[in-house]
Amino acid sequence: MNITMAHGSGGASTSELIESVFAKHFKNDVLDRMEDSAVVQGSERIAVTTDSFVVTPYFFNGGDIGRLSVCGTVNDLLMSGAVPQYITCGCILEEGMDMDDLDKIIGSMAETAKEAGVMVITGDTKVVEKRGEFGGIMINTTGVGFMPVGVSLSPAGCKDGDVIIVSGYLGDHHAAILSDRMNIKNNIKSDNAPLSEMVSALIENKIELHAMRDVTRGGLGTVLSEFAKASNVEIDIYQDKLPVNPEVRDFCKMLGLDPVYMGNEGKMMCVVSKKDSEKALELIRNSKYGENAQIIGEVKAADNNNVILHTAIGGERIIGPLYGEGLPRIC
Amino acid sequence: MDRLQEIKDKIKNYDGEPLNFMEVCGTHTAAISENGIVNMLSPKIHLISGPGCPVCVTVTAVIDKLTELSLEDNTTVLTFGDLIRVKGSQMSLADARAKGGSVEMLYSPMDAIKLALKNKDRNYVFAAIGFETTTPVYSMVLEEAIKNDVKNLKLLTSLKTMPEVIRWVCKNTKNVDGFLAPGHVSAVTGSGLFEELSEETGLPFVVAGFEGAQLLTAVYALVGMKGHSGMKNLYKSVVTYEGNLEAQKAALKYFEPCDASWRGMGMIPGSGMRLRKEYEAYDAGSYGLDEDHMPKGCSCAKVLTGEISPDECPLFGKACTPEDAHGACMVSTEGSCYNYYISGRKRH
Repeated sequence: MNITMAHGSGGASTSELIESVFAKHFKNDVLDRMEDSAVVQGSERIAVTTDSFVVTPYFFNGGDIGRLSVCGTVNDLLMSGAVPQYITCGCILEEGMDMDDLDKIIGSMAETAKEAGVMVITGDTKVVEKRGEFGGIMINTTGVGFMPVGVSLSPAGCKDGDVIIVSGYLGDHHAAILSDRMNIKNNIKSDNAPLSEMVSALIENKIELHAMRDVTRGGLGTVLSEFAKASNVEIDIYQDKLPVNPEVRDFCKMLGLDPVYMGNEGKMMCVVSKKDSEKALELIRNSKYGENAQIIGEVKAADNNNVILHTAIGGERIIGPLYGEGLPRIC
Repeated sequence: MDRLQEIKDKIKNYDGEPLNFMEVCGTHTAAISENGIVNMLSPKIHLISGPGCPVCVTVTAVIDKLTELSLEDNTTVLTFGDLIRVKGSQMSLADARAKGGSVEMLYSPMDAIKLALKNKDRNYVFAAIGFETTTPVYSMVLEEAIKNDVKNLKLLTSLKTMPEVIRWVCKNTKNVDGFLAPGHVSAVTGSGLFEELSEETGLPFVVAGFEGAQLLTAVYALVGMKGHSGMKNLYKSVVTYEGNLEAQKAALKYFEPCDASWRGMGMIPGSGMRLRKEYEAYDAGSYGLDEDHMPKGCSCAKVLTGEISPDECPLFGKACTPEDAHGACMVSTEGSCYNYYISGRKRH
């Protein structure tokens, strides 16, 4: 069966779609009330974030747009130090979309929400007419997290001597999506994952965290240059310390891409005090999705705002933000 | 001390007369930035980026023709990555797409055939840009098109070859002491071509791959060969003396040499490839696209030939950045300006 315009009419077909797909997977006390808005418990300080997901293809090696739409929003909350609680699900479906695909995607969303410890509390579905480049489904999620007392993280928090940790292999998601689009068969899997476990391990163990960011579009290079600027410091990183899956490394070489600028959906970078750095590394490595974490560099007091990559061969280069779209080269 | 360390020390401590070596190929330019090679060299050794980035040497008339085609009814322009953001005299393909033009980015050249077969009522124009390395690929596309009787796919060609432009650089710029020969191109043409060029110009040529160690070794070899002709091939795992004969044959089956217009350098006789007369039905109007519009203050010509370093262009990093590029050299990931900008590379 396929999605038709009637599924977005607001009438009987809409209710049927909601019942048979969304309510079935998301089942919880708040959502089941099916009211105009979800009314939930709050906290003194909350973190709110929203993100839209338009990836094509919607199923890719290692994940799907449903899982991605939860991970992206949950990770954004986590990076502010918040404990994710609630998430919303707004879907724009394309007329003609396969109903089984939708069921799989929403099922995957529900499963990921459960893994991340968030409740899907409200949602909306619209159907649009079939149009050229639309991938079949677009999802918007808004997330709400509770801020623990005393937690305050900011890109401006990097200090002289701080240590930079990356939670695992760089570029997996980007490489998986590109492989799919380019019809290249390989074993590269998207890393889309919620980072709840590793972040709560760091916070519960009172690691002196100064800044955190999930390494998504724009890659590590973009995050580091934003941090160096915001904190008015120099950041030095070492190429031979950067964790990159060998298969992704070869893939990048072939296409002229740089793992430093490749997107991920389940990796974070954190800046911690030197004294806590080894413990933080161990905590991340012992958490789900953190086994390949690595200390990659350090913060230095210098107001040049440069990010300097010390290359494996012994050279140096400045790392700026990603410019353009990170396209494969022409030859 | 290991051999690589010895090489590193020697090229860091070189204290003879100043030397300028040109890396012709855009992929080398990118690899030099990536590895941070420039500050491993003595201030007396300069690496100059040459005219070997295919997107950078494309004249604006070609971009203009492509944008015009993309805005035509029922026509889609197919292109590889970087070209989409390069400005013509008025706009880029990305701008044309925002105005309703139809432009699709290809990841694999054979997708052009798939699209044309899938949508038989739509006309497709494939922007065929590149050097010796890419021409055989376009031959494969044509071969498939002919085999499948595809009638709705044409090529807009702006294909170039290396030997004549290297001769042009030798004649028109006085300051090159040796060449890092283009790695991928050498794989097709063979290293023999560069031996010929070396004998002709009296300058040394080293063929090298793209790894950091190989780049350093190539620079070291060029220092040792300075002042006389000679060719060294450090990339024997990929490059043979004769080159890839199959690829050469494939290119010549559908294409023939022609004069070509290069951005900033003008017309260089015998430096391009065009479709053979018998295949002109597959041409989307490539002839006579020679005009090159240069925005005010843009120094592409001097940069592409190594006369000035990218950061010596008055627009560099000010009016011209990767986000708002005036010239193609600041757009392409293989462009000299782009690479200088993103990596902080500077001429000593």
